Amino acid sequence: MSLATELRKDFPILSNYPDMVYFDSTATSLKPRVVIDAISHYYTHLGANIHRGIYDLSEAATEAFEETRAVVADFINANVNEVLFTRGTTESINLLIHTIGEQLVQEGDEVATTLMEHHANFVPWQQLALRKKAAFKVVTVDENADLDMSSLKAPLQKKTKLFACTYVSNVSGIVNPIADIIKTVRAINPHTIIVIDAAQAVPHISIDVAAIDCDFLAFSAHKMCGPTGVGVLYGKKSHLQTMQPFMFGGDMIAQVAIEQSTFQEPPYRFEAGTPHISGIIAFKESIKYLNNITYKAIKKHEEMLMQVLISELRKQCGASLKIIGQHSVNPRVALAAMYAEGSHPHDLADILNADHICVRAGHHCAMPLHKHFNIPASTRASLYFYNTEDEVQRFAAAFSKALRMFI
Amino acid sequence: MSLDIYKEIILDHYKHPRNFGHLPREGTVAQVNNPLCGDDITMELEITNNKVVDIRFHGQGCAIAIASASLLTEFAKNQKLTTLTTMNKDSMLELLSVELSPNRLKCALVSLEALQKAIKTHGLHT
Repeated sequence: MSLATELRKDFPILSNYPDMVYFDSTATSLKPRVVIDAISHYYTHLGANIHRGIYDLSEAATEAFEETRAVVADFINANVNEVLFTRGTTESINLLIHTIGEQLVQEGDEVATTLMEHHANFVPWQQLALRKKAAFKVVTVDENADLDMSSLKAPLQKKTKLFACTYVSNVSGIVNPIADIIKTVRAINPHTIIVIDAAQAVPHISIDVAAIDCDFLAFSAHKMCGPTGVGVLYGKKSHLQTMQPFMFGGDMIAQVAIEQSTFQEPPYRFEAGTPHISGIIAFKESIKYLNNITYKAIKKHEEMLMQVLISELRKQCGASLKIIGQHSVNPRVALAAMYAEGSHPHDLADILNADHICVRAGHHCAMPLHKHFNIPASTRASLYFYNTEDEVQRFAAAFSKALRMFI
Repeated sequence: MSLDIYKEIILDHYKHPRNFGHLPREGTVAQVNNPLCGDDITMELEITNNKVVDIRFHGQGCAIAIASASLLTEFAKNQKLTTLTTMNKDSMLELLSVELSPNRLKCALVSLEALQKAIKTHGLHT
């Protein structure tokens, strides 16, 4: 029996829509019952706001909330005070442009990122560079959609203050050799701040921030079976201590006088206002759930699915179908963004929808990458451990049928 | 949505768009694009006595966007400008004779927007 057969029972939405083929987990994963129950449990059994409530329920809520911080720290091999909660990866990265980016980058400096980024790890740095009159450098990709390591060295200079790079591409699924990339950047300038977007890595790969030696790392709970509206920003303690807060109010305050205010120590200094308490409490259940399955088992199952997917698409759709990053020299996670001349992804996704197959069509918030390959849009099928070989077969047959309507 | 929207007529106009290309003479031109899905339609109109006497379009997009543009050019030829400026989403749906979800409706409206933009540009010059 495959891994998915048993695990599918944990996902109520799959029972509610037995005909559905959900191939859009890169946009957001489905949620297991343990996570949904934990959200509900907060509202039915805890209910109170966290921090400084001098009564049992508030203390219990605070404890459940802070426990997630410890679980997250353990999950990525960080210290507990290096874990900040945000609303998602996008907010985590935007927090950085308003704090360390604001403090560090000056006119004439350089900020660098790559062509492979999701807009959320591209536009904030571009906007920071524009505002600061700094140069904005972009590491390009080669014909296989792999980061061009030879071009990595050219844009990265001594004056490069910040380098932002994705761990896994949300379009090609390519897993960047992130530790090697970080080593290369450090060799050029040990002081360059390195920010890793791990939004697409956390669902599939076990993360170790100490081993890869990044300065910051951002990800979202909802792509790894957790709730929407919960994000994490990991930051090295030495950096967090020098960063000034950019949002004020609530728990981030230490003392307030009419003339001046003082703020809490990190990570609390960066968590203004009442957070998504139920979501953060429930997030630890998704981490425990994934750890329990093990990333090794997830990888094995996804590799099997991908093998079937690629060979069926090749067989049924022929050579006119191109898959972005198919010839990558790096490993890839279980997703395929495809295009074929003469067919438009929106039409294909619409037709697949009639067969209850959910895929994404468009540029997947990665316009620079699509423009680089000169395609307006692609159709993306993204899989996770709860998908089955049968679903892959159903998708491949429906997709090739849809394609034949146009080409 | 259902497969109904991919009727023969729409696939035919997508694969063999009518009035595709450029006018023999320079006309009134307007371009509209929908950056979210990459639909990009340019309309070229030859207008005489407040009537569209000739029309072409070019660009790229999904089947709904291209077929809508093709059907619209067929309809617009020899129509009065006032008829065309009062067209709305219902008239486009009537031309296509399909129902569309809100997301796909945008694809059908790109060409109408381009046509009406061209007429507005022309109006400003007379």
